[in-house]
Amino acid sequence: MMTRLFGAPIKRIEDPRLLRGQGAYLDDLGSDALAAAFVRSPHAHGRILDIDVSDAIDIDGLVAIYTYDDLPGPLAEPLPLLIPHPALTQGRTPHALAKDEVNHVGEAIAMVVARDRYIAEDAAERVVVHYAQLPPVVGIQAARAADRLVHDDVPGNLGARMTQAIGDVDAALAAAPHRLALDLTVERSASMPLEGRGVLARWDRDSKRLRVWTSTQTSTGVRAAVAAKLDLPLGAVEVITPDVGGGFGVKIVHPWPEEVLVPFAARALDRPVKFTEDRREHFVASAHERAQIQHVDVGFDDQGRIHGLDVRFWHDHGAYTPYGLIVPIITSTQLLGPYRVHDYRVTFDSLYTNTVIVTPYRGAGRPQGVFAMERTMDAIARALDLDRADVRAANFIQPEEMPYDHGLIFQDGRPLCYDSGDYPGTLAKLKALIGWSDFEQFRADARAEGRRVGIGLAMYVEGTGVGPYEGGHVHVETSGKVKVATGLTSQGQGHQTAFAQIVADELGVALEDVEVVTGDTRRFPYAVGTFASRAAVMSGSAVALAARVVRQKALRIAGEALEASPDDLEIVDGQVRVKGAPGVTIGLGTVAVLSNPLRYAFDEASKAATQFAIGNPDKPPVDEDDEPGLEGKDYYSPAQSTFANGAHAVIVETDPDTAEIKILRYCVVHDCGNLINPRIVEGQVHGGVAQGVGGALYERMVYDEHGQLLNASFMDFLMPYVTEVPSAIEIDHLETPSPLNPLGIKGAGEAGVIPSAAVFASAIEDAEGIPIRAMPISPSDLFTLRARADRLTSERPGPRAPAAGPLEEIA
Amino acid sequence: MSADIDVALIVNGAGYRARVPPRRLLSDFLRHDLGLTGTHVGCEHGVCGACTVLLDGVPVRSCLLLAATVDGQEVTTVEGLAGPGGSLSKVQQAFQDAHGLQCGFCTPGFLTTITAGLRDNPSPSPEQAREMISGNLCRCTGYQNIVAAVLKAAE
Ligand code: FES
Ligand code: FES
Repeated sequence: MMTRLFGAPIKRIEDPRLLRGQGAYLDDLGSDALAAAFVRSPHAHGRILDIDVSDAIDIDGLVAIYTYDDLPGPLAEPLPLLIPHPALTQGRTPHALAKDEVNHVGEAIAMVVARDRYIAEDAAERVVVHYAQLPPVVGIQAARAADRLVHDDVPGNLGARMTQAIGDVDAALAAAPHRLALDLTVERSASMPLEGRGVLARWDRDSKRLRVWTSTQTSTGVRAAVAAKLDLPLGAVEVITPDVGGGFGVKIVHPWPEEVLVPFAARALDRPVKFTEDRREHFVASAHERAQIQHVDVGFDDQGRIHGLDVRFWHDHGAYTPYGLIVPIITSTQLLGPYRVHDYRVTFDSLYTNTVIVTPYRGAGRPQGVFAMERTMDAIARALDLDRADVRAANFIQPEEMPYDHGLIFQDGRPLCYDSGDYPGTLAKLKALIGWSDFEQFRADARAEGRRVGIGLAMYVEGTGVGPYEGGHVHVETSGKVKVATGLTSQGQGHQTAFAQIVADELGVALEDVEVVTGDTRRFPYAVGTFASRAAVMSGSAVALAARVVRQKALRIAGEALEASPDDLEIVDGQVRVKGAPGVTIGLGTVAVLSNPLRYAFDEASKAATQFAIGNPDKPPVDEDDEPGLEGKDYYSPAQSTFANGAHAVIVETDPDTAEIKILRYCVVHDCGNLINPRIVEGQVHGGVAQGVGGALYERMVYDEHGQLLNASFMDFLMPYVTEVPSAIEIDHLETPSPLNPLGIKGAGEAGVIPSAAVFASAIEDAEGIPIRAMPISPSDLFTLRARADRLTSERPGPRAPAAGPLEEIA
Repeated sequence: MSADIDVALIVNGAGYRARVPPRRLLSDFLRHDLGLTGTHVGCEHGVCGACTVLLDGVPVRSCLLLAATVDGQEVTTVEGLAGPGGSLSKVQQAFQDAHGLQCGFCTPGFLTTITAGLRDNPSPSPEQAREMISGNLCRCTGYQNIVAAVLKAAE
């Protein structure tokens, strides 16, 4: 019997190559390519009066300079609005190179192509652009005030206003025994993969074909966009995703200006051209996320049960809206988390600012939604002097209520309907893991030593595996080796291993015999992309279904060869054999030979498939409903997303003098259904938690009033090193299989980061007794909050409220 | 522009002579002139550590060095870490065993740093293992398994 690979912590197949330095990332390719560099706007808002290249053109090694006026046909039109939505009445996208106006620092104005990057940058520096500066709109408050406009023709800087509601929230709030209001803020952060963006293009003049490599999360999306923008037939464009050094959302945006301009230049110059983004460019010319201001009105009863929830929030989407309303829609729907809220209304404004565009970063609007909901839960607990975990438990959707339809529309345009989940089970595991009930003793002991500690928790539900579809192709070669292709891309999630595990199990072959290719449109041209924790669910299911097709075919052909019924056959170690008669076998490679009737032999093995060797003379060599070859293809397209859930708890210590925030323990309970590879899933959780720590305590985009990003480097944008992350991340799993897909899996990629802002706010508030309403929080932020709280208490008689005391006014 | 400069150096045991522009970064020289693309560039301002190579055995950031300044010295890149016959080194093997990499972009810098670190301190405590990698950024792994890999490699 072969051991099942699904669920086993297999070591990754991709590692030996990467560990030897043999990875092939974008900038490792194209050693013969010309280099592109970009002239970018130094101003947040301005009109372009004139672009003068005369100083640049005699630089030795310069090949070409392009500005907007050089762009032909569709390339001169604005870049696509990828996800239109009826509420996005004022969607705006940039031009590949700025036309007349710039709307954020970093916007591309001219492309310089030269012999190497050094020369390209020399020339770019000598391109002189004259601007008429316009006053910029920076930050949500300025966007709301709308004293100035980002786009002249967008009144109020309002890209979209959207409301969703269930029940009668006004009536529910009016009738609720208690009420609370909270004003909350989350600042900007960004995906910040260690490898920036990059694109390489080769034009084949003879066959009039374009081959593009790009560091993307969607090769099929780039392919369609490049073909459209360059006016090429789709069939003439191939897009290949090489090794990608992290994505975390930012690389799902496409086409980036560079992704159409570099292929354009490669064709125009008939030379390979490459662009590799540098770090500063990544800060000012890719995408950010997270910034929102929120206002929550909640009504609740004595047990803390929510009777009505009215949420209003303002979302900063930056200068343009290529990714539509996905992020704020996710915030407004996933905000509800594991809780039953019958009367809910949410309205958001999606606002323009003269800053870098906002598109999904791991979590994609969920961290903000969870922040709003979990802050609300804590506020209710505080107001009623109840245990924070108990208030959450009082509001849970119960396992027996699944599937649970909220009555809202999710980001995929489909009902927000939870397929499965055991939220009380998740909470119980978390409380046990962190020792929730023992914490007061720990607090008392710490306090006796003059230390200040706090505990926080946060829960979330994450819609994963959104459609529309993914596909898989499985091919057994005559060598018996199995080649698998799926169209979505990989950025470090170990897809080559996880998908090989699935296919090896389905086909009964050894893991070593399975090779997986992702993100190559030559191998699989139909795909959507890697985002929203969807790869394992979508492509995992698709390759499983494709492998089942191949298995059926293998059993049928082997059955004919072995004169046995396919029902009596099994495949073990790559051999098809009659159950109970281990001597009667045929290798899958031989089955592959037999599957393809030949006229011409090409080696010893293939002789077995030639016309005088096999075939029933009364039947066509390939049956009407059959195809030659031992291969199969299938697609997985679910009617809706599958919903993972989890809960995090953290114990922090805050320094009474310096306000430094130290993490003492970090616990995660996570339910992503059946686990394909627990090692990979835990790695995803670790990475998410680290990004969450960054987002909660360190990372922010510091724009000044002129729209200059002041911390656009790794020196000033503080991503966690090992010294900032907890020394242990304690993880426990629940496995509630999804009923929606053949493997019972749910997505896991984003979970680690989703509740971080909420869980740290909860713990710091618990330690300090000061309401935490804005994240991230630095020691100096906390210091300021303390000072303010002290001022308030000194104005009032009596001591500062103790940590567990009610601080919010109950209306 | 000032004249190119002759350099002779040893990279992963092999001798090279080259003529480099004075401003050529060591990272670009290794990657684009010698084709040793295993050394990665994550920031080009000395903060992420992805470009770390060993210069006469000492970890340095190749994005902060000019190729012209390493004349006569010996450089080890990630491509030079594997054992004879291409078997993974102890540190490389520990990374696979402990799942110490995801996208793999930061990994070469960690591998070179840890290789030198373990040479200087063959049995680090968990605290020292963390210290050893505290100058390198990884956006994928949350460092948990990288620390585990350091300890495993030291076993
Ligand atoms: S690339 Fe050299 S330290 Fe980041
Ligand atoms: S593994 Fe991706 S940055 Fe470290």
